[in-house]
Amino acid sequence: MTPLAGYLLVAALLFSIGLAGALTRRNAILVLIGIELMLNAANLNLIAFWRYGPHPEALTGMMFAIFSIAVAAAEAAVGLGLVIQIHRHAHTTDLDAMNRMKG
Amino acid sequence: MSVVFYLLAALTVAGGLAAMLLKNTVHCALALTVAFAGLALLFLNLDAQFAGFAQILVYIGAVAILVVFAILLTRGSETPKDGVFSRTWLTGLAIAAAVFAVLGWAVIGSARVLPHETAVPAVTVQQIGVALVGRYVLPLEIVGVLLTAALIGAVIVAMHEKVEHEKEEQK
Amino acid sequence: MIENCDQIFVLLRHWLVSFLPAAWQQTAGVLLSVATIVCLFPALFALTTVFERKGLARIQNRLGPNRVGPFGFFQPIADAIKSLTKEDIVPLSADAAVHFLAPVLLVITVFMGFAVLPMGRNMVLVDLDAGLLFYFAMGASSELAVFMAGWSSRNKYSLLGAMRAVAQMISYEVPLLMSSVVVVMITGSLSLTKIVEAQNHYTWGLPHWYIFTPWGFAGFLMYAIATTAETNRSPFDLPEGESELVAGYHTEYSGFKFALFFLGEYVAMFSISGLGTTLFLGGWSAPFSFLTWVPSWIWFFSKLMLSIFVFIWMRGTLPRLRQDQLMNFAWKFVLPMCLVNLLVAGLWRFMGDGWLRWVVCSAILLLAYAGMGLGEMRKQRLGPRSYRYAE
Repeated sequence: MTPLAGYLLVAALLFSIGLAGALTRRNAILVLIGIELMLNAANLNLIAFWRYGPHPEALTGMMFAIFSIAVAAAEAAVGLGLVIQIHRHAHTTDLDAMNRMKG
Repeated sequence: MSVVFYLLAALTVAGGLAAMLLKNTVHCALALTVAFAGLALLFLNLDAQFAGFAQILVYIGAVAILVVFAILLTRGSETPKDGVFSRTWLTGLAIAAAVFAVLGWAVIGSARVLPHETAVPAVTVQQIGVALVGRYVLPLEIVGVLLTAALIGAVIVAMHEKVEHEKEEQK
Repeated sequence: MIENCDQIFVLLRHWLVSFLPAAWQQTAGVLLSVATIVCLFPALFALTTVFERKGLARIQNRLGPNRVGPFGFFQPIADAIKSLTKEDIVPLSADAAVHFLAPVLLVITVFMGFAVLPMGRNMVLVDLDAGLLFYFAMGASSELAVFMAGWSSRNKYSLLGAMRAVAQMISYEVPLLMSSVVVVMITGSLSLTKIVEAQNHYTWGLPHWYIFTPWGFAGFLMYAIATTAETNRSPFDLPEGESELVAGYHTEYSGFKFALFFLGEYVAMFSISGLGTTLFLGGWSAPFSFLTWVPSWIWFFSKLMLSIFVFIWMRGTLPRLRQDQLMNFAWKFVLPMCLVNLLVAGLWRFMGDGWLRWVVCSAILLLAYAGMGLGEMRKQRLGPRSYRYAE
């Protein structure tokens, strides 16, 4: 198995762990944690291909990953702000209890 | 496939698993930090120095602290009565397992045609800087605007609405 | 002879490592340097605790420790024996694993910063291309250790202290990074060795240190403010103010773990002062061109100890800032000044050599400072000073 395949498998594993967490946990913040794990797994994929792929354009993969890190940080901030405001309104972060639009 | 890669991969996957399986939310956030650190080390192993240090600075230095603050502000440290996994946990797990199966099959199936350059792309920080204001100036400016919008948006979304409460009390 | 004196530690390392087979030499060299750093800076920490206590005492018109050893200089040995032999109390409801890991994480991240500091000519442990970014990444990671300490103690005072400390550290991280970015802009590199080399030139005997330029001076002042806040030193030490929060986030720590926190705080002070001297004060370069015969590492450590002395002086002189005053100051004064400084540094670079750029840049900075300062003071409606005497 080539090194690139190893990194891609690790990234796939992390992605599915993040997905499993985002789909199965009750707390909204843990869903956001799962999403962050998925974004990180995608970044690992990008950097692995940047390192082991052909290099006609030596910077693309690295740039993509850096922009992805920046955007993920912004998205985490806004998402957590939303979770805090929802908690203030509904006094809970339990997603199973928040399955209606009313209230 | 070196020992270092296996160790780092094990660390990262263990961190990710712990982040999704532990009961205490703050422990999950700290396990997530371990996963971030493992990923940063994997980036360094791939000779992507700038991305690795940016990962530590942004994710461990900012996102992890943000997550922890949010947990504290929403009383996440108290364990809910009905357990930590939702009612439909089996479906979620099945979907995630299916996704992993498809991705794993794709990777292993194409293992022979995957590229394998041994030469490290020689990227200095100066080249990154020149590229950021040269070729990638439009994404840079857009990300700047996006970050400003996210900053203002997060502040507005999470702000205390004291004015409305006072008006309601007066009525 | 002069060069041998300057490179004495490098030559010593070479000589010690030459006894080993060639395959192990590089690893052994790195391990030797790491061991030196890990032994040197805690020793310096011990010395600094005595200097601080005696310095503060003299500022407060008293003597300080004077019993243990000549003029009290063996006090750190007594302190070390005390903290090592004290009982290590962990509260029953505390989160044992996180409670144990917090000081460990703090000490690790704080010591990692020394890997990129050039302590003399050719005396940097790892010459990274993105050295400054590595340093700030390690600094950012230490904030999580503070939070872990405060949260795991299950103590309201600890949590409050930890939250205040983390909020303060995040707020002042932005001015810290921005005031360093100015140096990177002018030098054109993130590598700390290149930054020092760019300052190692002399005109008419005076050095090209960045502090002697308008943007460098403003940057250095803002860097100094930001570092005082980052290391929770007075006047920004509300998170560990004894009169307010018992002991803040290290209330529930005793014995060796408390000593580790103390060590972590002081070593962070050394490391961030070291970075400040590298960025603004010329690192290991001598102040005048006729003094270059003095070994470079002596200059680096003298400047470091000078910064530490200024920290101690500030602690003894200035009153503590309240949390909201501190945050206001960071976001509403220091950050806009940093942005103005960035503009000024850009102007400096593009105006070319000559006296005009000095005048223009200084004028812009002084105007911005005066304008914002007056604006803040008017907002606070400060009247003339009044005195009340005890009757």
